[in-house]
Amino acid sequence: MSPKTTGLSAWLTDDAPASRAQANLGRAYDIFRRLCRNPLAALGMAILLVLVICAAFAPWIAPYSPIGQDLPNRLLPPSAAHWMGTDELGRDIFSRVVHGARLTLLIVGLVAVISAPVGLILGAVSGYFGGWVDRILMGITDIFLSLPKLILALAFVAALGPGIENAIIAIAITAWPPYARLARAETLTFRAAEFVQAARLAGGSHARVIGLHILPLCTSSTIIRVTLDMAGIILTAAGLGFLGLGAQPPLPEWGAMISRGRAFILDQWWVATMPGFAIIVVSLGFCFLGDGLRDVLDPKSGDKA
Amino acid sequence: MSLLDIQNLTVTFPTPRGPVNVVDGVSLTLGQERLGIVGESGSGKSMTGRAILGLVRPPGVVKADRMAFEGQELQGLSDRAMRKIRGARISMVMQDPKFSLNPVMTVGRQIEEALRTHESLPRRALKARVAEMLEAVRIHDPERVMDLYPHEVSGGMGQRIMIAMMLIPRPRILIADEPTSALDVSVQGQVLDLIDELVRENGMGLMLVSHDLHLVGRYCDRVMVMNAGRVVEVLDAKNLHAAQHPYTKGLLAAVPRMNETRAELPTLDRSQWAST
Amino acid sequence: MGFDMSAIHLKDLNIFYGDTQVVHDVTLDVAAGESFALVGESGSGKSTILKAIMGLAPDWTGAIEVDGKPRSHGPDRAFSRQCQMVFQDPYGSLHPRKTIDATLAEPLLIHGLKNRDARVVELLGEVGLDARFRFRFPHQLSGGQRQRVAIARALALEPRFLLLDEPTSALDVSIQAEILNLLKRLRKERGLTYLMVTHNLPVVAFMCDRLAVMRHGRIEEIASAEALKTGALATPYARELYRLSNPEETAEEQP
Repeated sequence: MSPKTTGLSAWLTDDAPASRAQANLGRAYDIFRRLCRNPLAALGMAILLVLVICAAFAPWIAPYSPIGQDLPNRLLPPSAAHWMGTDELGRDIFSRVVHGARLTLLIVGLVAVISAPVGLILGAVSGYFGGWVDRILMGITDIFLSLPKLILALAFVAALGPGIENAIIAIAITAWPPYARLARAETLTFRAAEFVQAARLAGGSHARVIGLHILPLCTSSTIIRVTLDMAGIILTAAGLGFLGLGAQPPLPEWGAMISRGRAFILDQWWVATMPGFAIIVVSLGFCFLGDGLRDVLDPKSGDKA
Repeated sequence: MSLLDIQNLTVTFPTPRGPVNVVDGVSLTLGQERLGIVGESGSGKSMTGRAILGLVRPPGVVKADRMAFEGQELQGLSDRAMRKIRGARISMVMQDPKFSLNPVMTVGRQIEEALRTHESLPRRALKARVAEMLEAVRIHDPERVMDLYPHEVSGGMGQRIMIAMMLIPRPRILIADEPTSALDVSVQGQVLDLIDELVRENGMGLMLVSHDLHLVGRYCDRVMVMNAGRVVEVLDAKNLHAAQHPYTKGLLAAVPRMNETRAELPTLDRSQWAST
Repeated sequence: MGFDMSAIHLKDLNIFYGDTQVVHDVTLDVAAGESFALVGESGSGKSTILKAIMGLAPDWTGAIEVDGKPRSHGPDRAFSRQCQMVFQDPYGSLHPRKTIDATLAEPLLIHGLKNRDARVVELLGEVGLDARFRFRFPHQLSGGQRQRVAIARALALEPRFLLLDEPTSALDVSIQAEILNLLKRLRKERGLTYLMVTHNLPVVAFMCDRLAVMRHGRIEEIASAEALKTGALATPYARELYRLSNPEETAEEQP
């Protein structure tokens, strides 16, 4: 280790931080270090890093255009020229899978950004105020929870029309209820806590108490849950794509690719298998990272490592 | 012969900054007497009691040159052999009855259970022993109390039920870890008097773990003062106020008195302020 | 009403939790600058009175006046600059994910006060904490240090009244002595009025001028600290509490 990095890590793990930023960075660094010590979480992080790199540099990584047709070279098996073979229109599957990483990342990212805050806020408000607010909000949540996710998403896409934006909206609408439940349960354990009362006694408004005191405590469990749910979101997106209701051709969405490959699955297995493989690897990556985060962030399992 | 003979007991926990000896070379013997272990939080007093019963969870490591109960070495005993000793021969009363009693089982069932794991008795004899034990802890209508659930009894009664549960297999040693700190003063005295009486009547050894020097001084024959995992000094309870060690003296002086005239309470010198 | 010098004035106070009444007809006056103790066993309703004054137990009847002004049934901003509370549990009263700095700056931020950085440093100094502690998280502090932070937070808005709910009962005796000394010093320096809940009579003898002994939600007796020190209490229950917390042997053996 170079002296510079030891200096940096000493600064991050300093017992008496000298500034706000150092204290918060130190905490983040501590979480990161503990994640790295967990082999599965490290593997999960590596997978997701590869996904992000693929998405960011797709045009440079992919050897061919993801939508450029090359009919003479259709349905070629994997080879040195086409690592994952070609599909029925002669498009390079590897290039499509790499470009598909963008779509996948876009879908999970947007779904998480839309559904997690909605769920968190509804759950925290519901748990904090209790009473009739709680009954109404949780009633709505229960209605959403009682319907199967994919069916509900299908219904929304059917109503909104097929397309990747609508698929994202539909998935986000179906994804928030578990977060609301989770945030409510967490809030119930904190709302009578003395530090919450102290914030009220300092003159803090309800909005301030919820936003600055309760929500930060619910986020770690929500982050864990969202990460674990990512796999499900990817699968739902793929499912919608497979049914032709998500991303539309010629977009290289993995689910839609599997759907197209279904016709040739017996003779040209690679057409459906390669994107399927990508879905499995990325889902696993999110699961591993989620499990690792749970070990690191959950105070109850705190000092096991 | 002493009931318990412990030489150089060490309990070590790993921390990010290297292993820490929570208990650091403690030696003690316990006969048919009442020994008080006093210290502040983090002094290792509770951990000493837990180590004797084999209740230190990993990653904690217990080591001792000798840890003998009635001449039998406790280290290296199988889990099964240890379970036979724990409860039946050495019992422990914990701080808060609320967390020590099973909330979905009646009080009577729990006491029966405690007895049944160590002795097999016919149903009727079992009931009789439980009733007898409840009367011994001054519960006057045992028949009614046996059918209650833990949430239906008060803190003081809960602690008496815990004591009944711990004493029913007729152990030789009772380890009481802050048995009254969750209770009101008016109940504290009753519970301690009760423990005292039962221990004396049955010729048991009592190890009373507490942060309260005065209380330990009142209910014990000998007092062992601990700080930072080590034994500071061992005194006869009678001579508690003649303590020599500055730490013990400091602890005694820091407690406000009823006829308080000091404008400021003396505090211990804590040069290691920063240590967490 | 309020014609006397009383700074905290409770009259015929009844407090309810749902259908159960926990405090019955409590009337008492705390003078400005006084340190007054509410003493009793668990369930005697002593902490509930503090909560009602602060607005955390909104279901009450009767009158509560602080500094001549009647209290509303909830927490309010103006009142928070006048009166603050220190809680019993130093582990539960600090937000686990906020640095000490954030915790102390919060009340200043809410009230839009200036010079927050300087004030935070000053507050730490006042409660005897080194500035090194400023950016630590609560889990890096001991119980006594956390209680100092909680006291600093209560002082941040420079209130004149401090309600103390068993401020030392979760602490070791040597730490208790430090916190009691700190509270005593702060009262002297700032001319604070204390209303303190405790079950520990010797702490009252050290800290307070007067006390009210409570039982089952009612006041049994109001006595001066002098009466407490000599055991000259009027009611049998108060004498019993005195006897239990002052066992003869230990009292006599002390030099």
